[in-house]
Amino acid sequence: MINVPATQNTEVIKAYEPDSKTMLGFWVYIMTDCVLFASLFAVYAVLHKNTFGGPSGRDLFSPSYVLVETLILLTSSFTCGLAMLAAARGARKSVLTWFGATFLLGFSFLVMEVTEFSKLVRDGDSWHRSGFLSSYFTLVGTHGLHITIGLLWIAVLMTKISRGNMDANMIRKMTLLSLFWHFLDIIWIFIFTIVYMLGVIGV
Amino acid sequence: MIRKNTQDRTRSGATLRSYVTGFALSIYFTLTAYLLAVRHALFNRTLVLVLAGLALVQFVVQLLFFLHLGTETKPRWKLMVFLFMIMVVMVLVFGSLWIMSNLNYRMTPDQINSYMNSQSAL
Repeated sequence: MINVPATQNTEVIKAYEPDSKTMLGFWVYIMTDCVLFASLFAVYAVLHKNTFGGPSGRDLFSPSYVLVETLILLTSSFTCGLAMLAAARGARKSVLTWFGATFLLGFSFLVMEVTEFSKLVRDGDSWHRSGFLSSYFTLVGTHGLHITIGLLWIAVLMTKISRGNMDANMIRKMTLLSLFWHFLDIIWIFIFTIVYMLGVIGV
Repeated sequence: MIRKNTQDRTRSGATLRSYVTGFALSIYFTLTAYLLAVRHALFNRTLVLVLAGLALVQFVVQLLFFLHLGTETKPRWKLMVFLFMIMVVMVLVFGSLWIMSNLNYRMTPDQINSYMNSQSAL
């Protein structure tokens, strides 16, 4: 718990308004990342029927497994928001707790994804198998790579928070991290729907 | 009381209520999409449209309640960059699908075969 005088607090808040330059810059980065994912979605949409005699999404995907993954990632997005609310109150312990929860949930999501990937590769359905699987691994793998980077970021930030105090600079970093993490959950909505749910109904 | 309220807000205008609402709605839309898809509750064409609709609604919910896009004050630069991104994405995704399906449509199996043969002859 840090006690900042009211006047100083408002100055800090003013300096990091959401429309400050750093926020806008990071927002522009996230939007360009959306364009990257859009191109991968376009590749998947074009190639997803080219199974080359191999298995289709309907044969490979387990909807209940993906539902669990989705709910885990969604919950981690929520706990990340709770960490930001705790940061706004200046409650350092709750910030660490909620970021810790976010990290664990994100990590279990990543473990589930890697397990799914390694099962596919073991069964001979790797990215070599068909155009469908190449585009599937590229799209979902790129999301997984972002999750990995996000987890590293959370770990580094948690170490810094537990050592130093939560000044305005730290809160700004946390805000950027939470933007990134919510963005990953938003990308996952479309992976869940387009890759998995449409794959399960076999469209 | 007022002081506590202002303290519970982050700079982006987030409140506990907004996160809980966003979380609950997202779970609701995810489960609906899951049940519809797994039970194959509708005909293919309708089902695809409904699933796409649910994804878009959840997208908007998370934008508003998690990313707080609606709380921005003028000039709304974030919103403008966002809308530009949506435009680029639309052109990219639907443009690719349009062109590729058109190419597919114009290429008969005979043409594909002769093309493949000419490639393997090289």
